[in-house]
Amino acid sequence: MGKPLIYRSPMPGFGLSMGITLTMLSIIVLLPIGALLLKGASFGIGNIWETVNRDRVWGALLLSFRLSLLAALFNLVFGVLLAWVLVRYRFPGRRILDAAVDLPFALPTAVAGIALTALYAPNGAFGSIAAEAGWRIAYTQWGIFIALVFVGLPFVTRTVQPVVEEIEREVEEASATLGASRFHTLRHVILPMLTPAALTGFALALARAVGEYGSVIFIAGNIPLVTEIAPLLIVIQLEEFNYDAAAAIGIAMLLISFAMLLAINLIQVWSRRRIGHV
Amino acid sequence: MSDAATTPAIPLRAATDESPLVRRILIAIAVSGLGILVAAPLIVVLAEALAGGWAAAVASLSHHDAWSAIRLTLLIAIIAVPLNAAFGISAAWFITKFDFRGKAFLITLIDLPFSVSPVVAGLCIVLMFGANSLAGGWLAAHGLPIVFAVPGIVLATLFVTFPFVARELIPVMIEQGRAEEEAALTLGASGWRTFRTVTLPNIRWALLYGVLLSNARAMGEFGAVAVVSGKIRGQTATMPITIEMLYNEYLSVAAFSMAALLTLLALVTLLLKGALELRHAGQLAAHRVQ
Repeated sequence: MGKPLIYRSPMPGFGLSMGITLTMLSIIVLLPIGALLLKGASFGIGNIWETVNRDRVWGALLLSFRLSLLAALFNLVFGVLLAWVLVRYRFPGRRILDAAVDLPFALPTAVAGIALTALYAPNGAFGSIAAEAGWRIAYTQWGIFIALVFVGLPFVTRTVQPVVEEIEREVEEASATLGASRFHTLRHVILPMLTPAALTGFALALARAVGEYGSVIFIAGNIPLVTEIAPLLIVIQLEEFNYDAAAAIGIAMLLISFAMLLAINLIQVWSRRRIGHV
Repeated sequence: MSDAATTPAIPLRAATDESPLVRRILIAIAVSGLGILVAAPLIVVLAEALAGGWAAAVASLSHHDAWSAIRLTLLIAIIAVPLNAAFGISAAWFITKFDFRGKAFLITLIDLPFSVSPVVAGLCIVLMFGANSLAGGWLAAHGLPIVFAVPGIVLATLFVTFPFVARELIPVMIEQGRAEEEAALTLGASGWRTFRTVTLPNIRWALLYGVLLSNARAMGEFGAVAVVSGKIRGQTATMPITIEMLYNEYLSVAAFSMAALLTLLALVTLLLKGALELRHAGQLAAHRVQ
């Protein structure tokens, strides 16, 4: 009874490929994560809670989460627009624009961090314009928001783009023939088709932003309770060789990531049921 | 004359197009949005690097600490990227050529590093291989320190780039199925020969694509490396770490010159990636409905 654990296959290399896969997965990913959890276990749940349940830590976690949510929402709207423009419209420079979307993936985060800081600092190109209006961007939460928008930019566009390419024009034609305005068609026919992919991209951008470090620390100013992000707290604890506290905050962040991973999977299951594919 | 008769005063548009005005507005938003978010940072890196002229930029890059950072970053990539590719090929072969229970779970585990903060990844490496840990203590006693040394940076880099190649290969190999390999095996080819002459040519562009992405990340990783490197100048400071140190010392031209080098790497990566997508789109996993 029951399904066999492994089905017989004529393919060669079962032992070798399984060995390499599981060994590397264990040494590089699973054992280190296990070491973090073990450290947490030896520190004790009570102590972890005591470490995390401080204003400064809550402040950093909530700040990271809130600004990541706002940045991911911005990217949701802008990303869908970008995907639509890139697939549907033909205009000079479209290919360059399409390639530019991936730059945040390719550009090292430290480079993005110092570049954005140079732009938005009070004496920078954009920062000086904002400063005249009495608006400070770098070293405030606005700066963090902009850095998080930058790193999350490609996710929604890249998940939505293939779906826009697959939309059959007949559906839109049918909608138009039945008397729907273009706006009505976009709102009630196209948008529902894009929703699952857009939500997946949104969740990916959010997960990326919550853990982001390199592009943020330069522009953030890093003032506790105001512009201090959660990953920075871990770095600060490690610099003081306070491994227990670092592990406690690390576990809190790991739990948040796992919750988001679960959410992404649920979105995909939900949309597969609803649409048939993501 | 006759033109006026055949061309309507208002150009006709299909019912599935937006009006020209809406179209122009959307294109304008897309172009200006990407201009502000993406093009402006690129320009500012180059402008700041050359703020003191070419000579100052070149001089800052020929400093011996800068050289050692460049060498270290190349070394890390040369070690980490092939290991990542070897893992990616093994994992994709294991997952697509065999049927076993828990396959979906294994794929989730491989994707796990994407949802872990790089700083937490570095922390995990420190706790696993640090001088105070069981494994790290033993290895350090036997002359192989991991954390605050090159092996730790390699491990951190492998962690953050872990899924890149596997993720790219798995969908492509699922689509190609097993028939070609089965035919080769039936005709008497050895397993290794089947892989080399049948599988590899089928997946080479996807493999190159994955290698390209993991190389860009390996050379540019900051958060995870910052935690494990110890930032020892001339020894464990990679290019991104050196950028941070120079920037914090207000050595703007030096920091941005190093940043400009990494920006060039990013641009070359995008160029090659674009070329691959243009020529071999059918053999890549990206740009597909997943």
